Amino acid sequence: MPLRNRIAYAFLAPYLLIFATFWLWPIINSFLISFQNTRVNPWRFSLTVNWGRLVADPAFYNALYNTLIILVIQVPVMIALATVMAVLLNSPLLKARPLYRFAFFAPVVVGEVAYAAVFRLMFSIDFGIINKLIGSVGLPPVSWFDNGTAAMALVIIAVTWRWAGYNAIIILAGLQSIPGDVYEAATLDRVGKVQQFFHITLPLLKPIILFCVVLSVIGTMQLFTEPFLITNRGGPGGATETLGLLLYRQGFTSLNFGYASAIAYTIAALAVAISLLNLFIGREAK
Amino acid sequence: MKSKSRTLMMQRLALHAALTPLAIIWLFPLWMMFVFSTMPDYGIFSPDIVLWPSTNFVENFKNLQADTNFLRAMFISITVAVIYTVLSVMLTSMAGWALARYRFAGRSMVIAIILGTITLPFAVVVIPQFIMVAREFKLANTWVALIVPPLFNSLGVLFMRQSFSMMPTELFDAARVEGVKEWRIFLHIALPLARPTMAALSIILFLASWNNYLWPLLINSRPGMMTAPVALGTLIGLTKVSWGGIMAGAVLLTAPILFVFIFLQRHFISGIAAGAIK
Repeated sequence: MPLRNRIAYAFLAPYLLIFATFWLWPIINSFLISFQNTRVNPWRFSLTVNWGRLVADPAFYNALYNTLIILVIQVPVMIALATVMAVLLNSPLLKARPLYRFAFFAPVVVGEVAYAAVFRLMFSIDFGIINKLIGSVGLPPVSWFDNGTAAMALVIIAVTWRWAGYNAIIILAGLQSIPGDVYEAATLDRVGKVQQFFHITLPLLKPIILFCVVLSVIGTMQLFTEPFLITNRGGPGGATETLGLLLYRQGFTSLNFGYASAIAYTIAALAVAISLLNLFIGREAK
Repeated sequence: MKSKSRTLMMQRLALHAALTPLAIIWLFPLWMMFVFSTMPDYGIFSPDIVLWPSTNFVENFKNLQADTNFLRAMFISITVAVIYTVLSVMLTSMAGWALARYRFAGRSMVIAIILGTITLPFAVVVIPQFIMVAREFKLANTWVALIVPPLFNSLGVLFMRQSFSMMPTELFDAARVEGVKEWRIFLHIALPLARPTMAALSIILFLASWNNYLWPLLINSRPGMMTAPVALGTLIGLTKVSWGGIMAGAVLLTAPILFVFIFLQRHFISGIAAGAIK
């Protein structure tokens, strides 16, 4: 590789300029703004106005609690489902493979707003197709939007539908990089398919699955569109309000940029911390 | 031998018995989106279970167009996605080329920055980005605001870098010996060879722009400058609104992408899977 400082930076310049303007400076600035009282004009520096409010704000704890509940339930369910999808799609016995791939991967390209609209309509309480189907087997309808637990379940169902295929694509790519002779040897030794999965496939897939978990954690920490559009601004009564939604409300409804920045930094810190914890646990379990 | 083929049969049967219901559940929302978009509102909100399309799509679309100027919003979304994709592929392939093919002071720092930002949530920059673009640059409700701030993309650079570093060095050295300028080597030798990677990246970038919601929602909220997802989003939750119309909009947002997806599945998948390969 030739040493060429000038030429290399000429190629990098436009990209680095965008990075500095729209990421590097905002990351620093976000931190600075979180120490500004932005409810007075002009803004005034204050060490505690936002961070002090954050640690005492019941709305923050509610959003944190909801986000963590979604994280703890949705991410493992989705990753397990995605792994099953990927393993089954990878089976040489499968017929009509393109059809199944389409079914699971199609949600990946569907926009958040379009799918939010469909889910809202499908789950509507009186005339939603889901409640009609539930009713047709003789069960009582579920108040998906009036009951906090049901609303939470709806958000989890929606996010899982949208993202399971995405993770399955990544896991499938990992599966296809496992050499086939590993399985041939196992089959010759009369190791069953299920045992092969737990003793060969899963250990080899571990780094990829951890990667998926980290991506999902980052996504969940800033989850916004689903509770915003499907459960109507985090309803009922804040039961599905996430940290992402709280950030939006504080920043862009109340225009309290200082407090919103403190929330934003909390989201980032939690995302990084939980990701590192995952990687650490992954390494320990080896 | 006979029993072996029988167990194989059973395994095949079990596999399909497990996957088929899952696939039907997964396709159901998309199918219902299509069905709802063809039904009049009184049909959507009737007590009957309807699983088959009707004939009201055009009427629904007219209602949608009356509720919000959806054609204008579609035009904005398409234009933004095309320009964004072209600019972003240019930026990321230039940067990827520099990182793959030159040694320079600060190279490992640039790589560390790019890797570091992959795990940073957009939430952490959204407030200052908004303040800067809307208040300092006074660019709210403009094309520039939709296109330029999302241009930073770390996965794209890594994707392009990987493609360039897999090319044989002799190719470029031979050109250098003949005195060909570096930017010509990039433009005329490297880029044509990277075409498949650029195609996969373009698809992913186009999709990201087409579906982008939060940033356009914040920065371009004036009716004439909304993107299609933002325009559609404003209708969700209104009490007097045509739900058939909303579904027609959802179909218009989804169908073209699904159509492309069917034919270019491999590019989509390699673009997404690239996120997993470091």
